[in-house]
Amino acid sequence: MNSKRILITGLSTYWGGRLAQALEERDEVEAIVGVDSEDPRVELERAEFVRVGTQHALLRRIVEAASIDTVVDSRLVVDSATTSPKLAHENNVIGTMNILAACSGPSSTVRKLVFKSSSHYYGCEQDDPAFFTESMVRPHAPRTPIERDILEAEAAVAEFAEKNPETSVSLLRFSNVLGPDVRTSHTTLFSLPVVPMILGFDPRYMFVHEDDVVSALEHMVAHDLPGIYNVAGDGVLAFTEVCGLLGKTYAPILPPWGTGLALAPLRRLGLRVPPEMLGQLRFGRGLDNRKLKATGFEYRHTSRETVLRFGEHLRLHPVVRGVREPYRYEREVEEFLRWSPSVRRGAEGLEPLSPHQFTELERLLRAYADRAGVEEPPVPEPRPPVPEPEPPEPEPVAAEPEPPPGPPVAEYDDLEAEEILSLLSSLDAPDLDAILGYERAHRARPTVVRALEGLLARQRAGAPR
Amino acid sequence: MANGRTSLRLPEPPSVRLARLALERLPATRDDDLRRLLPGVEPERRLDDWGRSERIEGLMDRTLYEFFYRYWFRCEVEGIENVPASGGALLVSNHSGALPPDAAMIAKALREEHPRPRELNITVEHFFKGFPGFSMLIPKIGCVAAHPANVQRLLHDEEKLVLVFPEGRKGTEKLYRNRYRLRRFGRGGFVEAAMRAGVPVVPVCVVGAEEAMPVFAQMGALQRLTGLLYFPITPTFPHLGPLGMLGYLPAKFKIRFLEPIHFEGDNPHEDKAQVQTWAHEIRARIQDNLYEMVARRRSVWFG
Repeated sequence: MNSKRILITGLSTYWGGRLAQALEERDEVEAIVGVDSEDPRVELERAEFVRVGTQHALLRRIVEAASIDTVVDSRLVVDSATTSPKLAHENNVIGTMNILAACSGPSSTVRKLVFKSSSHYYGCEQDDPAFFTESMVRPHAPRTPIERDILEAEAAVAEFAEKNPETSVSLLRFSNVLGPDVRTSHTTLFSLPVVPMILGFDPRYMFVHEDDVVSALEHMVAHDLPGIYNVAGDGVLAFTEVCGLLGKTYAPILPPWGTGLALAPLRRLGLRVPPEMLGQLRFGRGLDNRKLKATGFEYRHTSRETVLRFGEHLRLHPVVRGVREPYRYEREVEEFLRWSPSVRRGAEGLEPLSPHQFTELERLLRAYADRAGVEEPPVPEPRPPVPEPEPPEPEPVAAEPEPPPGPPVAEYDDLEAEEILSLLSSLDAPDLDAILGYERAHRARPTVVRALEGLLARQRAGAPR
Repeated sequence: MANGRTSLRLPEPPSVRLARLALERLPATRDDDLRRLLPGVEPERRLDDWGRSERIEGLMDRTLYEFFYRYWFRCEVEGIENVPASGGALLVSNHSGALPPDAAMIAKALREEHPRPRELNITVEHFFKGFPGFSMLIPKIGCVAAHPANVQRLLHDEEKLVLVFPEGRKGTEKLYRNRYRLRRFGRGGFVEAAMRAGVPVVPVCVVGAEEAMPVFAQMGALQRLTGLLYFPITPTFPHLGPLGMLGYLPAKFKIRFLEPIHFEGDNPHEDKAQVQTWAHEIRARIQDNLYEMVARRRSVWFG
């Protein structure tokens, strides 16, 4: 696996969070950084979260500072019921542009981009083929804002791939997702006691289970597979068949002509049918999923099994509702768990960058920063303000030396740039200042200096870290 | 369909940059791989991936088709052995009758007379997918939209039989006085489809369908009003209402399957001249056989 330092955009989307959790399990992954404009919704162990604006304008600094080699973009909004068209456009088009800009450039460290897109790319039209393959383009211009956004975003990705031939670009087009945890317009529709459908139409549907979505993204991170891939479970179901599998009654109450108008009263009742879903309710869509299977990916669920699992969830949901507390992200708690020396961490890892050694390194840096701080102002300070941590346990590996209380300048010089970078976020302004001064005076590694300057500027501006 | 035409010719793939870039880096996927990776059959399902329902098809087969095939049209079949017993093949037939009975009768003939009864996939206009009611029913009885990608998948990947009417609606909307005179055979897309898939073409001639539902006139204004493909005046339609669509006259049906045509060479479909030559050749063979069959027929009703 070539990907070791991974950036996930859209960490707070369902997919971003699930993918980060899956990647945390892999030991060969060194660093996972997630960015989003909202708090993560899943519990993360070592993935780090950085809050950014919806436009992802400052992403380049993060990419450089953490020398990211793989960017997974799971942020695309493909369901217009979840947000306003304007925000969706901002996120899908402007956000994609900025993320691609952060990955490009001659000095970029990014070697792989995985982009999560949607089968809305193909649209739903009368003269569609029964199975879309990846090389087909949609025969008609997009009709809905979301489809337009997706097309624009994919065009930007294609252009990026052309201009950065050394970067491996994988683009995944997912069909409709079902599963117990994910919320889409379709899960809402199928949760209704009676499922409405358009009179005289029985559209084609393919579903992919939420677990398969995460595995597909992980598959792309683990292997270098440039290109476009459709992701959809085996089997094309008819809408009536889906309702049958779910044990729901269906009612052809939407008229075939003027369907959009007839949806207005339904909207009153709380059912929002987004415009891009109307095409699906009329014609549906089939995808050819064989290209992804040819790369060795195996689906754990067919479309039918996905629907059956979802049906089980629908029946179980009223019984178990409210039993499990939703996860709530709190920065202070996360930082404490990750960085505090008081936290007893489980089994000592043997990797050179185990959590234990992270704390050691951190102590080392802090100690040095204090010393440097001593040198610059004439006021001498007898002891570093950091309390002496617990007596050093038997070192698991000899890679890191015993931190002496004395001047650890030599150790600082031994540290790799990325090791320093990974610790900077836990220091505060005076320490950072001191390190910056030292770094400028000595090795002046551009990555370190830039990261330090960025962090300092942000802290001075009072922005939340 | 938006522009009102259906062609089996695959449009030139536009420059999808990302796909092309990826192709340069990955080893090409072989055809066999894609065939092997077709989704498996789930026996619990009532529909297949094309939306075909064995239940509804079987019901139609036992009632309506059976009645028309055996007692109403009294179908007479020759040359059924020309349809291969395995592998894909493209059946090409003439087309007539306002609501054409020929497709159903050819499918029924294959089930009844062929030593190894095979399912037939009938290509239809995209129009049917967009018209309420038809959209629901048409796939369930084994019809697929005449899209080149659909035909390629059926013929090459799934190795099935596909029936195509190259005349399309030009054949069914033609008036009674033009009977048994073949219209233009599209733009040769069907030959290209068969060549690309590497399957033989079996020409089929149907005599009797023209008289079963003669079209006397076409009402352009009513066609636009109803949104149908065309609005014909037949002996029973429109004055007997929608059921008049099924008001066939009891003409005697004769179905003749001609010798299969195999194409040779590597990628013959890229040679446009050859495609056109074969399209004309196949059209001529069907036309000649039709004239011969009509000439030998003593009575429209008794054959």
